[in-house]
Amino acid sequence: MELSHDYQRVYVWEQPVRWFHWINAASVVALGVTGWLIAHPPAFMTAQEASFGYWFGTVRFVHFLFGYIFAANFAFRVYWSLVGNKFANWRNFFPMTAAQIRQIWAVLKVDVFQSSNKAVHTLGHNSMAYFTYAGTGFLTVFQIVSGFALYAPTSESWFPQLFTWIVPLCGGEFTLRIFHYAILWAFVIFTTIHVYLTFYHDYVEGHGVISSIVGGWKFMEKHQAEAEQATGISAFPELKEKTPAAQPTTTAKAKTKPHPAG
Amino acid sequence: MNNVTATVPTVYEQMVSRGVSRRDFLKFCAWMGAYLGLENQASAQIAKAIETKRRIPVVWLHFQECTCCSESFLRSSHPIVADILLDKISLDYTETLQAAAGHQAEEILQDVITKHKGEYLMLVEGSIPLGADGCYCVVGGKSAIDTVKEVAAGAKAIVAWGNCACSGCVQGANPNPTRATPVSAIIKDKPVVNVQGCPPIAEVMAGVLVHLLTFDRIPQLDSLGRPNAFYSKRVHDTCYRRASYDAGLFVETFDDENAKKGYCLYKVGCRGPSTYNSCGTIRWNNGTSYPIQSGHPCIGCSEANFWDNGPFYQRIPNFPGFGIESTADKIGLTIGGVTAAAALTHAVLTNVRKRDEIGEGPGENAEKAEATKQGGES
Repeated sequence: MELSHDYQRVYVWEQPVRWFHWINAASVVALGVTGWLIAHPPAFMTAQEASFGYWFGTVRFVHFLFGYIFAANFAFRVYWSLVGNKFANWRNFFPMTAAQIRQIWAVLKVDVFQSSNKAVHTLGHNSMAYFTYAGTGFLTVFQIVSGFALYAPTSESWFPQLFTWIVPLCGGEFTLRIFHYAILWAFVIFTTIHVYLTFYHDYVEGHGVISSIVGGWKFMEKHQAEAEQATGISAFPELKEKTPAAQPTTTAKAKTKPHPAG
Repeated sequence: MNNVTATVPTVYEQMVSRGVSRRDFLKFCAWMGAYLGLENQASAQIAKAIETKRRIPVVWLHFQECTCCSESFLRSSHPIVADILLDKISLDYTETLQAAAGHQAEEILQDVITKHKGEYLMLVEGSIPLGADGCYCVVGGKSAIDTVKEVAAGAKAIVAWGNCACSGCVQGANPNPTRATPVSAIIKDKPVVNVQGCPPIAEVMAGVLVHLLTFDRIPQLDSLGRPNAFYSKRVHDTCYRRASYDAGLFVETFDDENAKKGYCLYKVGCRGPSTYNSCGTIRWNNGTSYPIQSGHPCIGCSEANFWDNGPFYQRIPNFPGFGIESTADKIGLTIGGVTAAAALTHAVLTNVRKRDEIGEGPGENAEKAEATKQGGES
C-alpha cells in the first residue's frame, strides 16, 4: 500500500519546450483564423471608399507576422531537440527501435481501440504521440516553406525568396495555395484529437499531463516511473548514461522529488 | 554564308522601304525599350541593332493550337510589329500564313534549317502530342515531335508562344488524352523562352522578339522559363482594383451592387493573386482594357494547368484527387466531423472500458494498477 502511493514528481518538459508549445499553439490559432479569413473573406457591405479601409490587408499582415513567429519558434524547437533533455530529443520522434514500434502498437490497442486494458505508462509522450508530432512537424515545415514561397512575390526581403523553389515543384502558385490552405484543415483535425487525448490521458492515467505543459512536472507512481525507465522508450541507451533522469536529484535537468503519498 | 547575308537588307532598311518614317521608327524603339523594362539609353541600342542587323530567318511552327497567339500578334497596336517583325523581317515558314503549300512549303522549311543552321529563330505555337507515337498531330507527313526535334537542333533560340507550347493548355488538361506536351519538356539541351498566356499579349511577343534581335541572347527568365520583363509581377499587384482587395471590398455575385462598383473579384474566383502577366500594366488592344477591367475575374491563363484549377468562378477550387465538387473545405469538414464524433464515442467508451483504471479514489486507482502490473508482468 505504502509503495503504491509513492508518487514521484518528474521534471519532464523544460521551460523552452513549454514556451515552444504555447507560442506554437498561439501561432496555429492566429494563422488558422487569419488563414480562414483570407480564404473566405466575409462580406461587408459598405459604402466606404476603398482607400479608407484596410481590414483585409491587416488580416494578411497578422497572418504573415505569425508566419514568421511560427517558423522561428519551430526552428528553435528543432535546435532544442538536439540540446534539450531526453524527453525533447529528436530521436523520440522517429520510430527507429523495436521498443518504439512495439509501443505504438500497444498504444493503439490500449488507448485507441481499447481492446486491451494493460496501461502504457510513459513519462514523455508515448511513441505513438511522438510519431504523430513528427507528422505535424512535417506539415509545419511544408506550411512554412509554402507560406513563405507564396509570400515572396509581395516581399522585398531576401528571406521569403529562399523558399520559392517549391513553386515549380507543386505545379504553380495556385496549386501550392490549395495545398497550403488544405493543410489548415489538417491542423484543425490534429488540434481536435490532440486536445481530446490530453484530457483522456489526464482523466484515465492521472499523471498530470495537462498541468505538465504549464509547469513541466509529471506525476507517476514510483514503480511505474521505474518501469518506464527500464523499457527506455524515451531514453536511448547513450542518452540514458548521460542523464539518468530516473534517479532523483542527479542532474538539474531531471529534478525529481518524492511526492507525499496521496 | 556571309555573301548570302550581305545581300539581305537590314531590318531598318526594310522598314524604310515600307514607308516607316525615322520618327516612327525611333518611337517604336523607345516603346519597346519601355516594355522590356530597360533604361532610357537602351532605346538607342535597340535602334542601332535594328539599323545594322540583317534579317533573321524565322520558322514559326504550328501544332496543337487554335492560332490565337498568331491572331494576338497580328493585332498588335503598333503596325511595325506585325508588318515588319512578322511579315518582312523574317517569316520563312509558318503553316497558317505562308503562300506556299504542300511539298513546296516543306522544302522551304528544309532549306531554312540546312542553309541557316544555328542562325534561325524557332517559334512554336501549340503543344506536341506524344500519345500514339505522335499521330495526333502530323504536318506534311511528319509528326510534330519529329519536326520539333529536327528544327530545334539547329535553332539559334527557341520561343514557345502561348500556354499550349509552354504548358499544354486545354488539350493538356487532365486526362490529357493525346499526351499534349510543352516544348520545354521535349527540348532539354537548349533554353526555351516561355511566352505564356492564352494568348500572350501582342506587345509581350514583340518585346521578346526585339530583345532577341537587339541583344542576340535570350531574355532573363524566371523559374518557369518566362521572361522576367513581362512575367515577374502578379496581375494582382498591378491590378487597379487592388485597393478594394486590401480594404476587403469584394464582389459577391456578378449581379450585385459591389460588381457595379467595380470591387475586387477575389471571391468570384479571380486568379490574379497567383498569376504572373502584364495584363494590369500593358493591357490589351492598345492598352484599352483587360479581363478584370471589364468585370471578369482573371482565369490565370499564363499559368501552367490553369484549366485543371477550376471552376474559374470559385475561390476555393476543387481539390485534386477527390473528384468533381470536392473542395478542401468539404473534405476538411467531413474529416473534422468524423474526428469529433470519434472523439465523443471514444470518450463514452473510455468510461465503460476503463472503469477500473479511472477509479474513484487515488488509493483504489493505485491498488488496481498495482494489481494489474503484478498480474500482467511478462
